[in-house]
Amino acid sequence: MKFITALVLTALLCFAIGLFTNLPWYSFVLCSLIVAVAIHQKPFKAFLAGFIAAFLLWFIMAWLKDSANEHLLSKKVAEILPLNGNYHLLIILSGLIGGLLAGMGALTGSFLRKIK
Amino acid sequence: MRIVPFIISAAITTGLIITLNTQLKIGTSKTPKLGYFLSPQYGFWQNAEPTDIAFNDDIKMPGVTNQVDVYFDERLVPHVYAENDADAYFIQGYLHAKFRLWQMEFQTHIAAGRLSEIVGEDKIATDKYFRRLGMVYGAENTLKAIDKDAETKAACDAYTAGVNTYINSLKPEQIPFEYKLLDYKPEAWTNLKTAIFLKFMSWDLAGKTEDLLFTNAKTYFGYDDLQKLYPLIQDTLDPIIPKGTVYEKASITVTKPANSDSLYLERKDTINNTPTVKPNKNNGSNNWAVAGIKTKSGKPILCNDPHLGLNLPSLWFEMQITTPKYSSYGATFPGSPAIIIGFNDSCAWGVTNAGRDVEDFYEIKFRDSTMQEYFFDGRWQAAQIRTETIKIKGKPAIEEKIAMTIFGPVMYDKSYPAKSNKEINIAVRWKAHDESNELRTFYKLNRMNNYLDYVDAISTYECPGQNFVFAAHNGDIALRQQGAFAAKWQQQGDFIMPGTDSSYMWQGIIAAKENPQIVNPQRGFVSSANQQATDATYPYYLGRPNLFPPYRGFIINRKLAAMNNITPQDMQALQTDNYNVYAEICKPVLLKYINSNELKDNEKKYLQIFTSWNLRNDIHEKGITVFKIWWDSLETATWADEFEKSTLKLPWPDESTLIEKIINDSSNYKFIDNINTKNKKETLAEIVTQAFKNASKTLDSLEKINKLEWVNYKDTKVQHLLQLPALSKLHLPIGGGVHIINATSTTHGPSWRMIVHLTDKIEAYGVYPGGQNGNPGSKYYSNFVDTWAAGKYYNIIFISKQEARKDTRMKWHTVFVNG
Repeated sequence: MKFITALVLTALLCFAIGLFTNLPWYSFVLCSLIVAVAIHQKPFKAFLAGFIAAFLLWFIMAWLKDSANEHLLSKKVAEILPLNGNYHLLIILSGLIGGLLAGMGALTGSFLRKIK
Repeated sequence: MRIVPFIISAAITTGLIITLNTQLKIGTSKTPKLGYFLSPQYGFWQNAEPTDIAFNDDIKMPGVTNQVDVYFDERLVPHVYAENDADAYFIQGYLHAKFRLWQMEFQTHIAAGRLSEIVGEDKIATDKYFRRLGMVYGAENTLKAIDKDAETKAACDAYTAGVNTYINSLKPEQIPFEYKLLDYKPEAWTNLKTAIFLKFMSWDLAGKTEDLLFTNAKTYFGYDDLQKLYPLIQDTLDPIIPKGTVYEKASITVTKPANSDSLYLERKDTINNTPTVKPNKNNGSNNWAVAGIKTKSGKPILCNDPHLGLNLPSLWFEMQITTPKYSSYGATFPGSPAIIIGFNDSCAWGVTNAGRDVEDFYEIKFRDSTMQEYFFDGRWQAAQIRTETIKIKGKPAIEEKIAMTIFGPVMYDKSYPAKSNKEINIAVRWKAHDESNELRTFYKLNRMNNYLDYVDAISTYECPGQNFVFAAHNGDIALRQQGAFAAKWQQQGDFIMPGTDSSYMWQGIIAAKENPQIVNPQRGFVSSANQQATDATYPYYLGRPNLFPPYRGFIINRKLAAMNNITPQDMQALQTDNYNVYAEICKPVLLKYINSNELKDNEKKYLQIFTSWNLRNDIHEKGITVFKIWWDSLETATWADEFEKSTLKLPWPDESTLIEKIINDSSNYKFIDNINTKNKKETLAEIVTQAFKNASKTLDSLEKINKLEWVNYKDTKVQHLLQLPALSKLHLPIGGGVHIINATSTTHGPSWRMIVHLTDKIEAYGVYPGGQNGNPGSKYYSNFVDTWAAGKYYNIIFISKQEARKDTRMKWHTVFVNG
């Protein structure tokens, strides 16, 4: 239950901080950290909750933007980056970056909780 | 020790954030800040515009005084209906920014020498060049002229306010894609930036620094051979103003300095620091107007297609601007108010480049290395020092100290060496530096009602000189080469000149009424295609023929003369015609001199392709590929032996030179002989045949990779301004080429094709290789390109506000109100 709560809360907060504030793009990492401090889980679980939350958030947001755009821009970016024009990979890569950072934020948060 | 995992984890997290928030270097390029760039809430995903986006809106803003209605048609062309000029130009600025902000700013950054600021030290050389050429100095002077004219000043103020209103309305995540890719942010627009953009066009069209290359050629070959390599006469010339036209005596008498032979023509300067960025050699255009006596409807038709670099986002943005006082439609420059090429209810206008030499170079003698005094007219004169600061991304800024003389900025000095055979300081006298207001011309053209208004509008136009074509509903057609052109003695300014006294300066500017012009000629048409404006009876020196390619003008005039009962569809066919008149002239000469007995079987195959070629540069033709490679090979065989002996940068002779020398003087042209073969004098037949054999080798290798067909060999593309293939349109199925009316080469060509039929209700057609929305993530980014490549046109919608309200082709409606 804790896991699901942490996951949903992290996703919501990460989304909100991007939408309602003018803070830098990486401030969502702070959200996952705070959630991990507030909801105590074992480090690996905390990481996983943060990771899955932000992965899904970034993945779904990118996927929605991309579908509405009929892959016009993602195909171009996937050539520049270079991913051989594979926009699926680009969406997954976006998700992984979000997930990894939020996961690490949560891991750090869970260790911080242990110190106290 | 629970603190250890915490510290490690925090450190890794921080490290990851820093890495993903840094532009990483890969090879010669840099990645965007990956975390930022890929963040769906901040990065490029935000620029992925929904394909079903609607441009309906109600916008309240303090910038407009009355309601402005903007209807977007299905091609996303805005039709702006405003109550007054200020509102109209405010909205024009707003819309340019909405669809083209990045490009507007990027192009002005190039022109102002500010590329290093956004891409780093790789671009310092380009920045230095533009600074030292005095681009910003010229723009400042243009701005002074604009400030003195209430109407254009008001137009620029409103335009700038519109651009800035849009920029300020942007949330950080909404900035255009390229800012995110390169990691910088838009800055405020200013009237100076508009002036800088106009200077960029001056540079592109009147900034050829050929004089420096010709200085080298004169020094290396000597004056006599110079005339053989770069003759002052072109046989094929059919000038803009028909031969036989009688000109009045020049009102300015120019005096050639008495010492010009020894101090000018016999000077031995060299200069090898020629600019790394150059305006494209093929920058030019076609325009013509046919009178009612030659059209089916009895009303004139005007056509124009400016040939420029083919870029995405396009240089052009189509729009209609309507106020209670006037209504005009056409191609606009994102970066500038007004319509640049277009039409209104009663008249149409278009431009081609005049190409005249308005940029000359003078050697300056400084008293000492501080460059504070230079010798001029017998005494030491004070030079102002202008400081230009070049900011560099990730590095400390550098400063350029430029001495300003009576001629203009000293472009080359010890800090920016000419790489000459001696220490030399060179100032540049460029018409684009002077205080002049070109915008006023377009402002007035947008509003003209008749021929007299047209003359009034263009008479004050100075630089870059243009051939303004005109046609009116009342039946008038006209064309004038307009610009502020110096009255020069023969060959004045073709090479570096002495700058120690006033005798080599420009002695006057030719009056507008003396510029070459033609009104309602008997032949029923006017045309220009960058050829020399007049024959030799014109009383002023026009400049070296290398500035004026003759072949497009020649074929356009021949075709127009033969046409009658002309319809706009005939004009579309002419504007996209692929006939190669240059090859028509060269082909019989090549076939006369080739010795086919010496050819092997596979070589004969190519000769057969060439012999049976229909002289058209259509996409599937192979004959043109054979011709192009053969002719290039022949030119190389003729000249490379002499040219390769020099380490100087030299101008390659014009395409007209070799063919005309062969036709007139085949046996005596000294460059036919290969100087590397001692004791043997090659004949023309020998080098034509050898050139063909060499070409065959190239053709063999092209055939292996399926590049013999013209479309594959030429491989036309429309490139993104950052030259990223992913953002460009590649491998376009389009014919044409250099010297062809359809002047489409690999990266260059007709950047806007327009045909206006001046019937009671204007009938117009247009297309450009781009799309209205500069965002690579938009469906409207490059959607015109295929239509353009196919030689097709869009029907232009030019209607009143009442009609727009009901017209089903108007897909979206945005209303701007004060608030």
